[in-house]
Amino acid sequence: MAILQVRNVNKRFGGLQALDDVNLSVEQGTIHAIIGPNGAGKSTLLNCFVGRLTPDTGSVMFNGKSLLEISPHEINQAGVSRVFQTPEIFTDLTILENVMIPTFAHRDGSFKVNWWPRVDKEAQTRDHAMSVLDEIGLADKKDIVASALSRGDKRRLEMAMCLAQDPKLLLLDEPTAGMSRADTNATIDLLKRIGKSRGITKVIIEHDMHVVFSLADKIAVLAQGAVIAEDLPENIKTDPRVKEAYLGEEAVA
Amino acid sequence: MKILTHPTSSVDSTMMFIFVAAVLTMPIWLTPIGAAYPDLMQRFVIFGLFATGFNILFGLTGYLSFGHAAFLGIGSYTAVWSFKLLGMNPIPAAIFAVTVSGVFALVIGYISLRRSGIYFSILTLAFAQMCYAIAYSDLIGKFLGINLTNGETGLRVLADDPRMLDGVLTSGIDTSALTVNLFGLDLTHTWVWNGFQFNAGFYFCAFVLIIASYIAMRIFRSPFGLMLKAVKTNQNRLNYTGVNTKPYTLAAFVISGMYAGLAGALLCITDPLAGAERMQWTASGEVVLMVILGGMGTLMGPMLGAGIIKFSEQKFSTWGKPELHEFLAFIPDGIRDTVVSVASLFVGSGWHLTLGLVFMLIVIFLPGGIVEGGRRILMIVTGSNRRNRQIQAAAQAAE
Repeated sequence: MAILQVRNVNKRFGGLQALDDVNLSVEQGTIHAIIGPNGAGKSTLLNCFVGRLTPDTGSVMFNGKSLLEISPHEINQAGVSRVFQTPEIFTDLTILENVMIPTFAHRDGSFKVNWWPRVDKEAQTRDHAMSVLDEIGLADKKDIVASALSRGDKRRLEMAMCLAQDPKLLLLDEPTAGMSRADTNATIDLLKRIGKSRGITKVIIEHDMHVVFSLADKIAVLAQGAVIAEDLPENIKTDPRVKEAYLGEEAVA
Repeated sequence: MKILTHPTSSVDSTMMFIFVAAVLTMPIWLTPIGAAYPDLMQRFVIFGLFATGFNILFGLTGYLSFGHAAFLGIGSYTAVWSFKLLGMNPIPAAIFAVTVSGVFALVIGYISLRRSGIYFSILTLAFAQMCYAIAYSDLIGKFLGINLTNGETGLRVLADDPRMLDGVLTSGIDTSALTVNLFGLDLTHTWVWNGFQFNAGFYFCAFVLIIASYIAMRIFRSPFGLMLKAVKTNQNRLNYTGVNTKPYTLAAFVISGMYAGLAGALLCITDPLAGAERMQWTASGEVVLMVILGGMGTLMGPMLGAGIIKFSEQKFSTWGKPELHEFLAFIPDGIRDTVVSVASLFVGSGWHLTLGLVFMLIVIFLPGGIVEGGRRILMIVTGSNRRNRQIQAAAQAAE
């Protein structure tokens, strides 16, 4: 069953056709990669899933519900979480608080004036946050202020924040950008491991072919705003259109 | 690496207990520094309340309102109207002041919070100046054909006002003096014991401050407070975390507006008079100074800031050259005249120069305010710095 269904999405910025009739279908419980050269429209496409951008035409359906015309917090409450290219975390707060906030948001909904109970007495929320931090390997740093973390840890923290909400769909924008080979491999293992038992569907935008081919169940290739191929990894590897998009015509000839 | 640990509930209870004791004994421990007269102590408490409420908006969410004096004024006008119509009891006056300022805050906040940063500040400033103009010229009153704010003279209680509940709540007591009374207890009354002055109005305000501070503490430590802190740190992330940030900021705005309205009502206890100057932009700016001076985002900071500013205002603005000569008597005669003539620029009507200088020093050298300064001193004294470093070392070893 397709959990995310993208139909005929177009987006134009002035004279630039950023997305050109994009069709995409993401199956429940799979890891779906979107690859493509710089400026192919990958991030634009992701922004259309989370309410940051609205496509000019087309539809984005998640679990049979349209994600267009609703605000980012409603999309998240429907079960879509996003990890950004540059980690978006609460830098002034501790690691534990960073993960408790999404847990509260998941429990209390998008708005609740919950002013009487003390955060430090919310044992259930804290235990849940700690179990996610354990899973992701940040539990021993729970009292550290998030701004003090390394870049890799910040990204892991952001992943923990998304996982704490038990999302149905996790969107990751270049989760290994700027990482060393060792960190990249650790992230690949992490992405394979996390949320597998809960059947979380993941959509990953990635540059690094090593990451893509070790993770993805299915790959969509974007070039100049259009999907030129959507197939299994082994077929994508040998697809001449993909080679052309990445390396130019001469290389194929 | 910076470790952050929050006080546990037992630490908070101890702090609250010390705070309550300190507030209730103010008439005693403020005597040696010459600040223990009822009028000034009431101002400490009332502006402490105003700053505490302002801190819920500014300290937690980071939204800097430059128009909170409007709610202070609205609270005062509502309280005086309650005195006029219902009688001289402060309780209905306080309830109505909180309600009416809350409604105004809801409207002004709803519109102003459509923008953030400097545009938000400007919008709140514009609203406050509009409120000031309306009150000063009594524009709505003129439109309706009634005397709503009494213009530049200010609104006061008159002998022929209905005061409907006065006969009911305080039967058999003469209320013709038109002073505020709590079910017959005259709030301008002062008991004197061993030279210390215990004023009924002060204790009424202190009681309100204690309750309001307790509520503020609950908000600070609650999931709601945590969400407000998250708004300040990264509103974008919070939106993508499924939180609708608009109602959160609006709730903080309304709560702080209600605190301001309550403070405005308390200002009318000693003198049941409401004037438009209470809403002027300088009053809005003053509460910002109080919060920053004391320490924004801390529980006790705003109250300290309010106390220090009101105390210095009282002291420095009344000083002149004779007082300076006395104060600087330890300086040799030859240079004392020069020192005094320079220092005299900073007292009397020039005391705002002193305030400006202190404010600059705090912002540059101690951005966390007085509370941050106290925390640093405490760390040096108790050596808890060492303990933090041990935790950090342990965390690093675990990496």
